[in-house]
Amino acid sequence: MLFSPEEILETISMIGKENFDIRAVTLGISLHDCASPSEKETCENVYRKICACAGRMVPEAEKLERKYGIPIINKRVSVTPISTVIAPCVRGLDAGRGENAAVEVAKALDRAARDNGIDLVGGYSALVHGGIGRSDAVLAGSLPRALSETERVCGSLNVATTQSGVNLDAVSLAARQVKMLAEATGKDKGFGAAKFVVLCNAPGDIPFMAGAFHGYGCGEAAVNVGVSGPGTVKAAVSALPPGADAAEVAEAVKRAAFKITRAGELVGRELAKNLGVPFGSVDLSLAPTTKTADSVAEVLEEIGLTRAGAPGSTAALYLLTNAMKSGGAMATRRAGGYSGAFIPVSEDARMNDAVESGAMTLPKLEAMTSVCSVGLDMIAIPGATPWEAIAAIVADEMAIGVANNKCTGARLIPVPGGKAGETVDFGGLFGKATIIGVGSESGARFVSRGGRMPAPIHSMRN
Amino acid sequence: MAGKELAVITAFGKDRTGLVAGVSRVLAENGVNIEDLSQTIMQDMFAMMILVDIGKSSRSFDELQEMLSREGGRLGLEVRIMHKDIFERMHRV
Repeated sequence: MLFSPEEILETISMIGKENFDIRAVTLGISLHDCASPSEKETCENVYRKICACAGRMVPEAEKLERKYGIPIINKRVSVTPISTVIAPCVRGLDAGRGENAAVEVAKALDRAARDNGIDLVGGYSALVHGGIGRSDAVLAGSLPRALSETERVCGSLNVATTQSGVNLDAVSLAARQVKMLAEATGKDKGFGAAKFVVLCNAPGDIPFMAGAFHGYGCGEAAVNVGVSGPGTVKAAVSALPPGADAAEVAEAVKRAAFKITRAGELVGRELAKNLGVPFGSVDLSLAPTTKTADSVAEVLEEIGLTRAGAPGSTAALYLLTNAMKSGGAMATRRAGGYSGAFIPVSEDARMNDAVESGAMTLPKLEAMTSVCSVGLDMIAIPGATPWEAIAAIVADEMAIGVANNKCTGARLIPVPGGKAGETVDFGGLFGKATIIGVGSESGARFVSRGGRMPAPIHSMRN
Repeated sequence: MAGKELAVITAFGKDRTGLVAGVSRVLAENGVNIEDLSQTIMQDMFAMMILVDIGKSSRSFDELQEMLSREGGRLGLEVRIMHKDIFERMHRV
């Protein structure tokens, strides 16, 4: 036979038992040509362009699901950072009227997503690492309303890059918005904050939310793909003989990553071809869900930890992430996006178990983000946490990204009324999160200094 | 290989008479040629893998999938059809 029964069974088992799937196909669309001095016209242009480009995406993706027998969990759209698109129509307006106009554009994005069956649309964003432009400030100011008054829109602020350093003013701005966003969605336990991420070194071809946007220089449109497969990787590690050494673990992960990534590339390329747009990249990130056997924490434990968060967690995550990249890079013509491993708390049931038991803490999560992407993710913190404390946590995370020349992010949810140790349920795939205390010591005086933390000197890497 | 479009059909379920006949009848009736077939019994469970050419079938991929799934339901089998590219990409460098 062209394929051995073992090969066929392995593929079937990956999908059936190990929860392997294509996590997201994300169609990036440039909205540069939608900008207009008229708010109404901007909204109409945005709505029409998304419908024209993405109208066939969901049925085409569903056709590929059937053809290859692999579920595609999310069909998404990412767009040009909206701060650019709204620039002409908010020019000359005061902050209040400008933000009203921006919120209308968010609603147009939301309508376009809903009317085309698109799960989420990302790109209600601004790049403010080198300074906050007028339309950037308007967009940032509108974030609490824009994301709480829409259902499917996600936003981000890129506040740091290795080239420009960390913009502390932007960090503080972002932290205030996180706080207000959570409060504006208090009845949903602050869930609005889950639709917003603060980023460092954000790539323009991320397929995952909340950080996806269609970056400058990424052309008119492109299909980017994010794959999943913690279950498959865990199965590969557990199939090793007892006592397999670290290099053998890495080899097993590489082989699994290769297979997972090849499937993602196949589906992504064909979808791009069928939609008549270029293929962008495959994001190699290992992405968990709340399902059992679909957890990055379980993979770490399979490598040899009693619990995720135990000493050795950072090393195990490094081994895992590096092997995923090695196997994935050979499997795709272009790797992109975050390409690391996600360690969200609420979206990974086993990770949340580790938080609940006290094995996993905020400092340990922070340490682990230095060897993976995408940073502090889906972490519930007490609602009473002041914005300055959020800013200081974000600043730490941005410094890790800037110094290590990598993408990092912070998606923190200050749960209104929530206290450390309590559990909140965000529902469905967003999962449950045990609220993590942030301590009582403060970095407020530091972040309040504002200004820009200079870029790292890379000739003296230590 | 010109004109050929290969797919892999897998069927799993409790062993009984008529399983191969049932699935292959659907294929024959719809112009799907069997290129290769492998079957085994694993712990009383029937497992069949068929490499087929759907290139000359009058039915679309989705229609074939629907018919096979219906036949599978009748026979108590879990039947899938997947385009061969997915196996080729995963298992061949």
